Amino acid sequence: MKPAAFLYHAPRTLEAALTLLAEVAPQDGRILAGGQSLVPAMAFRLARPTHLVDINGVAGLDRLAIDGNVLSVGATVRHAAFHKADPAFGVLGALLADVVHNIAHYPIRTRGTMCGSLAHADPASEWCLTAITLGAEMVAKTAKGARRIPAADYFQGIMSTALEPDELLAEVRLPLLANGTKHGFYEFNRRAGDFAIGMALVTYRVENGKIADAHVGIGGIEGSPRRVPEAEAALNGQAPGKVAFEAAGKATAAVVDPIEDTQTPASYRRDLAATVVSRALERAAA
Amino acid sequence: MTDHFAGAKTYPVPPTTEQRTILGKRATRLEDPPLVSGRGRYAGDINFPRQLHMRMVRSSMANGTIKSVNVAEALKVPGVVAIWTHEDIKELGPVDFRADRGAEILKPYRQPVLAKGRARYVGDPIAAVFAEDPYVAEDAADLVEVEMEELPVVIDSWATPGEFEPGRSTEGALLKHSFGDIEAAFKKAHTIVELDLFTGRHSGVPMETRGALGYYDATKDILELHGAAKVPHRNRETLVKMLGRAPKGLHVHESHVGGGFGIRGELYPEDVLVLVAAMRLGRPIKWIEDRREHLMCANQGREQRHKCRIAADENGRVLGIDDEIFHDQGAYVRTHGANVANRTLCMMTGGYDIPAYRGIAHYRLTNKTPCATYRAPGRYESTFVRERLMDALADKMGLDRIELRRRNLITKAQMPYLIEFEEQGVEELLYDSGDYELLLDKGLKAFRWKEREAECAARRAKGEAVGIGIAFFVEESGRGPSDGAKMSVDVNGDVELITGGASLGQGFETSMAQIAAEALGVDYQKITVVHGQTDRIAQGIGAHAARATVLTGGAVNETALKLRAKALEFGAELLQLPVGDLDIVDGVIVKKGAPPGGPSLSLGDLAKKLAPGAKLLNGRDPHLAVEAWFNTDHTVFPYGIHFAQVRVDRQTGQTVCENFLIAYDIGRAVNPMMVEGQLVGGCVQGLGGALYEEFAYSESGEPLAVTFVDYLLPTMREAPQIDVMITEDAPSPMNPLGIKGAGEGGINGVGGAIASAIDDALGKAGAVVQLPVTPQRMKAMLA
Ligand SMILES: Cc1cc2nc3c(=O)[nH]c(=O)nc-3n(C[C@H](O)[C@H](O)[C@H](O)COP(=O)(O)OP(=O)(O)OC[C@H]3O[C@@H](n4cnc5c(N)ncnc54)[C@H](O)[C@@H]3O)c2cc1C
Repeated sequence: MKPAAFLYHAPRTLEAALTLLAEVAPQDGRILAGGQSLVPAMAFRLARPTHLVDINGVAGLDRLAIDGNVLSVGATVRHAAFHKADPAFGVLGALLADVVHNIAHYPIRTRGTMCGSLAHADPASEWCLTAITLGAEMVAKTAKGARRIPAADYFQGIMSTALEPDELLAEVRLPLLANGTKHGFYEFNRRAGDFAIGMALVTYRVENGKIADAHVGIGGIEGSPRRVPEAEAALNGQAPGKVAFEAAGKATAAVVDPIEDTQTPASYRRDLAATVVSRALERAAA
Repeated sequence: MTDHFAGAKTYPVPPTTEQRTILGKRATRLEDPPLVSGRGRYAGDINFPRQLHMRMVRSSMANGTIKSVNVAEALKVPGVVAIWTHEDIKELGPVDFRADRGAEILKPYRQPVLAKGRARYVGDPIAAVFAEDPYVAEDAADLVEVEMEELPVVIDSWATPGEFEPGRSTEGALLKHSFGDIEAAFKKAHTIVELDLFTGRHSGVPMETRGALGYYDATKDILELHGAAKVPHRNRETLVKMLGRAPKGLHVHESHVGGGFGIRGELYPEDVLVLVAAMRLGRPIKWIEDRREHLMCANQGREQRHKCRIAADENGRVLGIDDEIFHDQGAYVRTHGANVANRTLCMMTGGYDIPAYRGIAHYRLTNKTPCATYRAPGRYESTFVRERLMDALADKMGLDRIELRRRNLITKAQMPYLIEFEEQGVEELLYDSGDYELLLDKGLKAFRWKEREAECAARRAKGEAVGIGIAFFVEESGRGPSDGAKMSVDVNGDVELITGGASLGQGFETSMAQIAAEALGVDYQKITVVHGQTDRIAQGIGAHAARATVLTGGAVNETALKLRAKALEFGAELLQLPVGDLDIVDGVIVKKGAPPGGPSLSLGDLAKKLAPGAKLLNGRDPHLAVEAWFNTDHTVFPYGIHFAQVRVDRQTGQTVCENFLIAYDIGRAVNPMMVEGQLVGGCVQGLGGALYEEFAYSESGEPLAVTFVDYLLPTMREAPQIDVMITEDAPSPMNPLGIKGAGEGGINGVGGAIASAIDDALGKAGAVVQLPVTPQRMKAMLA
């Protein structure tokens, strides 16, 4: 469990980081952010990057601020930054605080980054689920320029994203939520802190006693987290409550294409999808 | 009462804690200061100048012929000093096991130090790389090319046996334990219940992985093994034989140990290799196992299938238990031979008075990691099976689970209770003392069984799946035959106590110091306890099978009493008082009942007066130093009951343990605080085996749990409220202190109690047939 040899770089500016990345990316050079996914993979020699570009000392990447109607989260902002809901972030702040406690364990959250999670794209990543459910936008930068990628185009299956090897995910932009937006998160795993076997994040508003603008996202169930339009359709226009919530759960189970692992057959995750969706909805309503 | 104790030495009821000074008290642990201040010295902390690092090349195939091992590329890596395969150590025999019954027939199944033409599990060591640093060693190990030809694998122990090697079956042994007329029991039975049960493969996973350092001290011609644990003296004996050295030329040293649980400290191929390499390469060798290796290579356990049945008469009196066991030994026979299968067999009837029993165990080799003892070996398994049978029987007969148990418990009047097996050479069990029904009553009360029953029923009525469960068990500990200790007081009044015991973190130093302090009459903090050093004392039993406190404690007690007698003999002469008038209080010889300021002599001053050549000696040996022994032919049998309350989430299949009570009779506790620690720690491990931990394998023998992502140890956050009730109602008559072991009473019944509680929660007796009860399995059960 000792990593294979690599060259370590610690640029201080974004420009230097991007120039370096452009140079080393073709030889499997990688960005090192919190190291909470990459370093274990290196210890197992599942990853053998030849160069590491450590972005932890890059000035400006730790920016966490509101830009108009989005919350901008820089590449070195740690999970732990969301432990306490910042009132300035409104409902979104509360949602992030609710979600973050399900990510790993305290020490890991003080190092791991939101952008690192998005770049790593584990099917059971809470932040990936959050990004897709809320409709976030990724800001990818190279030495040549920048582009914005909507979440819907970003996730491409298990640990696979639209990012190019020479692109740095400099920032993720999460839309703020209107006051009064309901949100609920439910995760199932065997032990506290483990990656989810299945989870759901939901938001909706209540207009005239009926659900409006429902967002239902599931994670850990399929290769990438995604929204479930069928579940959202089952909710919009209905009164919030057990009937609608269970219908949304059922609608989800009917359409998912679950991943399997040695312990878990597809049927298990299919059932679980219904459970986590309806429970997330119950939490939102509580 | 039959006199089963005839010929055995028995002891009167020992004093209670209240009548003692330090023995039996919640004394603060002596060993903690370095451990809690980051100054521990574990195997990884030990370094020798010029040391090389060893890295193993392991089989990635579960069963295969080794066609070739090409080390050419690996040898080119700068810093690599040597790479060995079996060819390089041909003269070394396989790693030996400690003698047990049927040992001869198991010998062909022993593990070679490096695979000999054939690898039999994923992780089997094939080559060893020695290099200047651990990174280089690992780089080079990656470059060793092993060419193998796949052979069919045996994964399930109950499948048709395969061929271990030409002409040799993978059924290593067929073991049997029985008494009474089992056929007749089932013929006349009123009710019979049959179950097909599985205990999953899991093991002790200490936070400190294995580690070994070989050092050859040429100035003294002594080969040293550092990083040892558990059984240093035993391992030294085996190593001396394997390496052909004189005993004086090989010593084993224990340092701090980060947990053992039966698996850490046994002799493994790597331990042998670091010694051979230290000699041959002329440099110290360090090997630290990584976690992945640990989860693939260190001893595993517990995997058994039981096709069992139980017979009872119309009153619910059990007439017999009949069990056919398929014991999965993994790829090789390791240090314990067939011990675990035998312990499963012999403890099957537990605390019940059962007239007939037949247990047959197919001891089978498979292509998985080898197995040996893990905390409560064979007992976690047999308690699960027996208590499953009892629950299912109660349900079928419409009897209350507690009532059925009560009707069958061995009574106090039946103690000592002898279980003799028909088979030649199978050791009898002599339960030394116990009041099982008393513990049952106390436990039910402490757990609030009746109230909880009602609470659970009320919650069930509201749709929850909650229930309570019970498992009754008998443990064994303190097996003989003998252990010794040395003790001396220096001129400062400091006491050195040398034992052949071992400490795995359980508080060995504290408990030995408490025993010695009580007997001698000194402050326990004045005592330095030496353990795990083969060069300090010629013999030692180490720390296993809940033996240390009973057997080594017995020796320490004898030694301290002998030292006390010696001190008083001289004290009497110096103080001019009869021995009977003297006492030792806080390290000072005083006149009993005399007011402060009376005649006194400190042990330190006495030690000064006993220097060689002192007049006072008058022909007697100098120094305040003695050595003494404790002998016993008999094992002691603590017993306990586990009570659990669980909640099952029908949607996700998750089982959550809400509450747990361990009721345990220990005879006499040396230190209740440490006993509680042992019991609670064991209990959490037991929950691991019941709900979380499993070494699963694919059909081709690939291990599926080689990291902590897949091998789920319960953490603080999964641990329920665990209450402990220690009773001292049945001190052992087999040792002067009345003590019984504590190491395994926390884990023994957990699988059984959790299964019982789940059945209750689901309202379906006998529902749980397999451990661990994972959410996925639960969903399948509910479907
Ligand atoms: C025991 C344990 C439990 C865990 N449990 C969970 C869990 O429950 N849920 C969960 O979501 N995560 C979990 N994690 C993972 C953790 O959240 C990581 O922090 C996260 O996955 C990656 O973030 P990081 O900053 O550590 O990235 P790193 O490990 O540094 O990098 C991960 C990958 O992303 C790339 N990368 C990182 N930052 C960028 C960037 N800005 N632009 C482009 N590429 C980048 C790296 O090159 C690398 O390939 C767990 C980790 C551990 C060790």
